[in-house]
Order: sequence, then structure tokens, then C-alpha cells
Amino acid sequence: MDLNYFEAFLIQSDMLKKRVAATIIVKDGIVVQSINFSKYLPVGKPAIAIEFLNQWGIDEIILLDISTARNNQDPDYLMIRKASEKCFVPLTVGGGVSNIEHIKQLMHCGADKISLNHAAIYQPELITKASHIFGDQCIVVSIDAIKTREGYRVYDYLTKKALKIIPKDLAIKAVELGAGEILINSVDRDGTYIGYDLQLINSICELVSIPVICSGGAKNANDFVDVFKNTNVSAASAANFFHFTEHSVNTTKANISNHTLVRLETHASYRENHFDDTLRLIKKADEELEKLLYVRIEKEII
Amino acid sequence: MKNPKIVIVDYGVGNTHSVSNAINSLGYKKLKISDKESVIAEADVLILPGVGAFEACADNLRERNLDTILNEQVLVKQKPILGICVGMQLLATHSEENGLHKGLNWIKGTVKKIQPMENYAVPHVGWNDVYTQNNSPIFINNERDSNFYFDHSYYFDCRNEYIIGFCDYGIKVTAAVQLDNIFGVQFHPEKSQTSGLKLFRSFFNSI
Repeated sequence: MDLNYFEAFLIQSDMLKKRVAATIIVKDGIVVQSINFSKYLPVGKPAIAIEFLNQWGIDEIILLDISTARNNQDPDYLMIRKASEKCFVPLTVGGGVSNIEHIKQLMHCGADKISLNHAAIYQPELITKASHIFGDQCIVVSIDAIKTREGYRVYDYLTKKALKIIPKDLAIKAVELGAGEILINSVDRDGTYIGYDLQLINSICELVSIPVICSGGAKNANDFVDVFKNTNVSAASAANFFHFTEHSVNTTKANISNHTLVRLETHASYRENHFDDTLRLIKKADEELEKLLYVRIEKEII
Repeated sequence: MKNPKIVIVDYGVGNTHSVSNAINSLGYKKLKISDKESVIAEADVLILPGVGAFEACADNLRERNLDTILNEQVLVKQKPILGICVGMQLLATHSEENGLHKGLNWIKGTVKKIQPMENYAVPHVGWNDVYTQNNSPIFINNERDSNFYFDHSYYFDCRNEYIIGFCDYGIKVTAAVQLDNIFGVQFHPEKSQTSGLKLFRSFFNSI
């Protein structure tokens, strides 16, 4: 390629987009809405949730199976194989991954990245082993953090207890051992819709040089805007609120894109629409809807 | 070609199922995942997928004798091949990931660790614009500067004449390379939504 062409483009900086991710919590094969890591309400089948999120322009999907380790089983390979069929964005899979064979099988079933949670605490050597085989970019260390009187502590979702470990210490250790990304989840904010825990997220971002994904507490696009503005995260994830409205991802991205660079490549962009104070879509005027009745939208053929 | 025989080369590590999901969704029926010489020899076009550390991938290729098989198919028989992510890096002479390791040496160059500017995280993970200059066959169906999904800590350092696309991560990162029938992309087209599906379509149409 022509060298001048290269140079001309390097004047623009940082074209990497902030990622809007969706977390799918799966319990016994069913997607659930999780509240404070303790209450679970059924949502539907993983494959359907993934297909929709995918069509609505999500940047990444994180599927965490919370029943695998609890039931002392191997990961549910069949479920992942089905769920990944219509997933054309990166799929991170976690839950009960405790050895290399699990990772190998999951990668064969359609996972692109693997999330280690319990293993990162109790058998950290797996991080190093796995990153030497699958590359560091494949290994995401997921840390559940809870606020205690002594400050933030790592939370063990199986025993439901706060451990003595400080989340940022675990994050630093994970980086040293070869992790490629950190996923930081706030137990207190999980399912509460009160926004991301910026203090917790900053305590991790400030110390690690690998990308950080945050989750827990998002209610709408404003929370994404807030976390992208006030922390250095590469990606922010939400679970519950994406499941309950049509085109939730498209409308969220339309709002975020007024403040931060995100990927906008869906046909329905909602950039011309108006939203109310809580970022709910405002209905278009009747005359406008009338006109839309006769607009023909060709399906894009690839 | 309307309906080519496609073989995804299986060398043990890699997200083969993700790649086959994407290609399947485009309606290609003659698609196989295999490491067998007889199957690979039948193919019209090959895909070398990849999620893995370079050493593990290169070792696995050799263990299964795939380096010899692929040399015959790609260099002698001139079959088109698309390397993805570490599959693209395997096209290089060698890689510096965890020591110095030999690649297939089809496209001269070295795979090096990304030396980021301040405040840039490594691995380079996420959606980035890919700049392409000429109408390379694999980008024909894509709009200019389309977004593709990247996830890597190492990049292919090679001569500019082989580079058909790059992205900007504070530094220039090689995003796509080509030498005759050999193509490689650093990003994951199977995980880049419609942009990626369009790339697969262009590639298969071009052969």
C-alpha cells in the first residue's frame, strides 16, 4: 500500500470504539434476570436472547452459566453450541470452567473467549496455562466484588461470602499471570438499576494495562455515557435492561453515540428519534407514522 | 465461485465452530472442518482460523503434518486461503510470542508484540475502523472504513506491499495482508457482524 495513505490517516486518533456488551446469566439452561446475585427470574432461551441481541447491534456477548459449578458439572456444551449458532459477535463463555479440556471443548462449541471466575481465585495457575495455549486475548478474568465495612472484597458466588481478597489485588495478579481482559462485576449493584459503581471500576482501571469490562447496575444509556466518561473502561455490560424492550441495544447506542464513539451499523439507528428524560422512546407524530406505512425497506442481502 | 467447496483447517486450537456458523449462515453447503489431507485436497478454498498462542498453533500444525499438506495446496496448487487472526500470523516467517517460533513463511515478515502508546491497553480488543485503499477482492462488498472486531496482542510486521488494510491504534496495526492467492486478516470476520459476513462473501465470490 501507498505509504502516504497510511500517514494521512494517522492524524485521526483512537478509532477503537467503546464496546456495549450484554451479559446473559444462565441458570439450568434458562436465561435469568439476576438481582444482587441472589434472586433469579426466568427470561427465556439463551439462543433466542443471543439472536435478538445480535440483530440489535450488540458489540459483544458474555454468557455466564451460574449452575455449572454449583451442580459440579462440566459446562453445558450443547447449550453453548446452540446458543452460538446465530452469534456473529464475540461470545465470552464462563461458569464452572476449571481445566484446559473445558476451554478446548467450549472453543469448539462456538465460544471465542473464556471467562474464569472461581478458577482465578482458587487455581490461578490455570490463567497462565490457558493463555499459553489459547493466547492471552482469549482469557477473561471475571471478578465479583462486594462492598464491605473494610472496603471492596472479592465475593465467592458459590459460598455467597465475601473473601479476604481485595478486587484490585486479584486483578493485578491476573494480569501478571497472563489474563487478557478483566470483567469487574458489582454484586451490590447487580440488578438494582442504580448505575455502575464508578469507584470500584476506577480502582481496577487505574492499575491494569489490559482492557476492563464493567458490569452491574446499568439502567439506561446514561449509565454507559457516565462510565465511559468517568473511567477508562473499554467496555460496559448490562444484562437485565437489554432483555425487556424491543431494539434496546439500538436505542441505547443512539443515545451513547451523542457522547462517545460506538459502533453504529444496524439499519434501525434511532438517531432521528426523540427520547424522554428516562431515555424511553417518544412516539413519532401520527402523520409521520402514516408516511412510514408506505416506506419500503429492502432487506439487506449479503 | 457460486458454491465452492470450503474447508476450515482444523488444527486443534481455534474457534472453528464460530467460523463455520458464520459461513453456514451465508448458505454455503459444501463446508467442512477437517485436518485430513484427502478432504483438504478436495477443497476449492481454505480457511485457516485461529484463536490461540502462536507456538501452540504452529506446533499443532506440524504435529498433524498440516504444514506440508498446506504448502502443497497453497504454494504448488495455488489454492486461495484466508488466515484469520493467529491464522494470519502463521503465514509469517516467525513470531516473537513467548520466544521465537517459526511460521509457514509464505509472507515474509515477523509477528511482534504491540508496543502501545500511553493509555492504550494491550491486547487490542474491540471494534476498529479498517482502512483499505485499493479494491482488494476481500473488501469489495464492504463500505469504506468498515468496523471489524480485533482481539490480539501481537501484530504482523511486514513490507507495505503486502498490506491491504490497516487500523489505527495509536500505532499503525496491520489489519489485512495479501500475496497472490494468500490472504490474511488480523480481525475476526466471523465475529464482525454484517461487515464480516460481507468479507466472506466477497472472498468466496472472488475465486
